[in-house]
Amino acid sequence: MKLKIENLSFKYNSIPVLENVNLETSPASITALIGPNAAGKTTLLKCIAGILKPEGRVLLDGRAINSFKIEKISSYIGYLPQDGFSSAALRVFEAVLLGRVHSLSWRISDDNFALVSEVLEGLGIGDLASSYIGELSGGQQQMVSIAQALIRKPKVLLLDEPTNSLDLQHQLEVIEIIKEVTREREIATLIAMHDLNLAARYADEFVVMNRGKVYITGTSESVITSEMVRSVYGVNATVYTDEEGVPQVTPKSSVRRKKGGVCCA
Amino acid sequence: MLVFGAIACVFTLVVDISTGPARLSVLKVFSTIFLLDKSDASARVIIWVIRLPVSLMAIVVGASLSIAGAEMQTILDNPLASPYTLGIAAGAGFGAALALVLGVGLVPHAGTIFVPLNAFVFSFLTCILIFFLSKIKGFTMETMILTGIALLFLFNSLLALLQYLASEEELQAVMFWLFGSLMKTTWKKLGITALVLLVTVPVLLKDAWKLTVLRLGDEKAKSLGINVERLRLKIFVLVSILAASAVSFVGTIGFIGLVGPHIARMLVGEDQRFFLPMSALAGALLLSAASIGSKMIIPGAIFPIGIITSFIGVPFFLLLILFKRRNFW
Repeated sequence: MKLKIENLSFKYNSIPVLENVNLETSPASITALIGPNAAGKTTLLKCIAGILKPEGRVLLDGRAINSFKIEKISSYIGYLPQDGFSSAALRVFEAVLLGRVHSLSWRISDDNFALVSEVLEGLGIGDLASSYIGELSGGQQQMVSIAQALIRKPKVLLLDEPTNSLDLQHQLEVIEIIKEVTREREIATLIAMHDLNLAARYADEFVVMNRGKVYITGTSESVITSEMVRSVYGVNATVYTDEEGVPQVTPKSSVRRKKGGVCCA
Repeated sequence: MLVFGAIACVFTLVVDISTGPARLSVLKVFSTIFLLDKSDASARVIIWVIRLPVSLMAIVVGASLSIAGAEMQTILDNPLASPYTLGIAAGAGFGAALALVLGVGLVPHAGTIFVPLNAFVFSFLTCILIFFLSKIKGFTMETMILTGIALLFLFNSLLALLQYLASEEELQAVMFWLFGSLMKTTWKKLGITALVLLVTVPVLLKDAWKLTVLRLGDEKAKSLGINVERLRLKIFVLVSILAASAVSFVGTIGFIGLVGPHIARMLVGEDQRFFLPMSALAGALLLSAASIGSKMIIPGAIFPIGIITSFIGVPFFLLLILFKRRNFW
């Protein structure tokens, strides 16, 4: 399913947070949404997920999202919020099952049982099924959230900093799983990320946001440049291409600090 | 676990009916209830007019307060939410005191239910105030909780003012109401409270899955296609009526609404298909046990149930907290 955003704008208490955002994602590809804090990445994901009501259009295969029923939108779009961890007294099996809340009746059907087991096994967390979610590590909770989204068989996956607060090994595990399911299930995946090097390694397309606007879009080679890092993040950095041809960023100094700006005055 | 809870409730109900200042054997109690034994008129009055409605009221009110607490904790994502902490019980207390001290009621000429009706009106008024004040901020959890706590303090101050103005007899009546008591239960009052419970529970159970999703957080619930604000509002209205009807007849038995849901959560988790009935059973069991305890402390007299509920509930609850293996909040 193709996701297209047309002239999307959103205001929080009459302060513009998103202005005229246009972008497009394709099935079976990962689009990294990058940019500094307060660039509007989370707000954009919430607008696409139908949590916020923006101006402009969100189109799924050319059809406006607000023409779908709310249950239908949630079956097409899987959204993982930032820090969406919960301490609820729910087991992993129950938590994942909740991803299909609109198809659940008093008795859990065999189909739903099979689906949860399949998704958990697919993600390699079948052994956690009877654990309470509040007792899981950050990485495991993130996998449960991904399972919760995947059980709805979404066509579009929106992830808000899914590797945030995870150690290096778990960051790679989570992002590799996302890459795998994006390819296998032909999902159009949009991930808000802070780690430029991780994004450069795993994303197919890039959307750079700054102050609520799209700054630049393209592939890693055309987007991850020292000029972009300097003007969007305010950081002097060296960008080099590693042996696999992936751009890697080594930050050097803050532009603001060098100028003797607010932080060090 | 649910079956065990139900059996325990039936057991405490039987013991509750069988105990009291008038020493009647269990056999006598049963023959009066089931065989409509007409040989002993006084036993018939004791059982049918006094003990049976009081014992059943303990079950119904315990279940109502516990369900109200469970759903308040769920929709407000807060372990401290209960009809007591949100000021609903304080509103009822003020309403009752207003009727007892000044003889002022929003529904005059209500006869024997003048005091409880006033308590109901004021507790429901508290809910309406929470509702409208929270509406300004879009029914966020924080606004609802803070508004409830502010109203709790307001009504407690107004209650203190009324107590200050009251005569000795009026003050005694207010204090007795505030202790909480099942002794003024009639079949009519029991019927009203039970009816509210029976109407509310199926509606809550219908939304069991959606309420379970709510515990994953607002954003996740919204992304799963749930209209969180509407659900929160609907459940709040339902549990407000449930809590208001319970406290207005029996007084402030605040503890049940807080503890019942926590016991249920520790036993069956938060899948609302089990959590809701288990909360009802835990609350019913606690209040029924408290009702028995209230008759046993001083032989021949009945101790205020509000005090006993805390005496029985607090040690039990603390034991659960100290020995529980998991932290859910």
